[in-house]
Amino acid sequence: MVAIRVRVNGVQYEHDVEPRLLLAHYLRDYIGLRSVRIGCDTTNCGACTVLLDGKAVKSCTVFAFMANNAEVVTLEGISEGGLHPLQMAFAEEHGLQCGYCTSGMVMTLYYYLNKARRVPSEDEVRRAIEGNLCRCTGYVGIVRAALKAARQMYG
Amino acid sequence: MSLYPRNFQLHVPTSLREAIEVLEALGEDAKPLAGGQSLIPMMKLRIAAPSAIVYLGPLKGELSYVRDGDNHVEIGALTTHSEVAESPLLRRWNPLVSETAAHIGDVQVRNMGTIGGSLAHADPSADYPAAMAALGAEIVVAGRSGTRTVPAGEFFVDAYTTSLRPGELVVAVRVPKLRGRYSAAYGKVAKIATDFAIVGVAVHVSVDERGQVADIGIGLTGVGPTPHRPRDVEEGAFGERLGPELAERIAEAVSRSVDPPTDLRATSEYRRRALRALTERALRRIHSDIARAQ
Repeated sequence: MVAIRVRVNGVQYEHDVEPRLLLAHYLRDYIGLRSVRIGCDTTNCGACTVLLDGKAVKSCTVFAFMANNAEVVTLEGISEGGLHPLQMAFAEEHGLQCGYCTSGMVMTLYYYLNKARRVPSEDEVRRAIEGNLCRCTGYVGIVRAALKAARQMYG
Repeated sequence: MSLYPRNFQLHVPTSLREAIEVLEALGEDAKPLAGGQSLIPMMKLRIAAPSAIVYLGPLKGELSYVRDGDNHVEIGALTTHSEVAESPLLRRWNPLVSETAAHIGDVQVRNMGTIGGSLAHADPSADYPAAMAALGAEIVVAGRSGTRTVPAGEFFVDAYTTSLRPGELVVAVRVPKLRGRYSAAYGKVAKIATDFAIVGVAVHVSVDERGQVADIGIGLTGVGPTPHRPRDVEEGAFGERLGPELAERIAEAVSRSVDPPTDLRATSEYRRRALRALTERALRRIHSDIARAQ
């Protein structure tokens, strides 16, 4: 076992974990954050995307011990004061159907828009979500939602 | 369903020297872990099941940097693909490296994966090795007996096999500063962004004041067990005027210079045709970049 200290959505946690425990399982099973989805489990789909020290990562492809002394933000952590503009836009623009990819999609876009600090082009949004798969929407509603949120944040 | 790696013994050294000592003491069955974007998926699929992991994360302070040298730029082994892609120093002096980094996987993978990890992994479909071959980069490796420098052409030995000796780690990569009027491009064909390249082409070209090729480097991925540098094609381009006609000629020669494998992703013929298209596109873009910069 290995002792880790991780700050998740602003709260400090300490746990002893198996070295092989993946960050996605740590967040779901130890902290109870079920927005973190296990989709493909092979680093393709991005449903498990969270921020690790401010950067979007696939938490199924990070060992929990790699987050030792780091800061993790999940979907729960961006909506504490009410829904984030991205979440509102996803609801309004039909950015989801089954919803399984949504938390990862929102986290990747949250990372991207915070970094871009401007309204991106449609092409830029599509590139930004290359690492997130959606099997329902065909991405049209997702891209529209991202652009709407961007206009609200920076327009 | 969930995929779990085999359990392993974890070592977290706090210095490079300690990491090398631990790796050497543990022997062949221990694996160094950097960003984990190749090793962790392989461990989850149990393609790799090391009994011990030596985690290099704490060495970030020592091994994550992009540094200006006299004739080269040095990149620390733990520099992530995102950091390489965004490095002003590389964009200025060697845009082939930053552009290739920007094409690796997706943003989440680029935020974790490192240049040293990618090179040491030596996947025959990886993006960086093609650029390193095209540039004649030098890979700096450290072991118990000290540090040595390996040219990219000698570093990649076979699929997933490098000339790293047991207990050695990649610590840095040195890429040349490009000279004169230059531009570079990396292009690849992949099924989806997150999949490996079916084929990829890394090209840089410098031209003299008459617009003739003064320097050119071409590196190919996905055409064999190691990255391929078609030197005879490069040599045939020196002194020729860069333009659409030369682009077509080089692309044709590049596609003739390889005998790529057929596998689940693509046939040999598909790869050859894709290479020709990618090479021509890359050279046309380089030509218009250089023309525009005038």
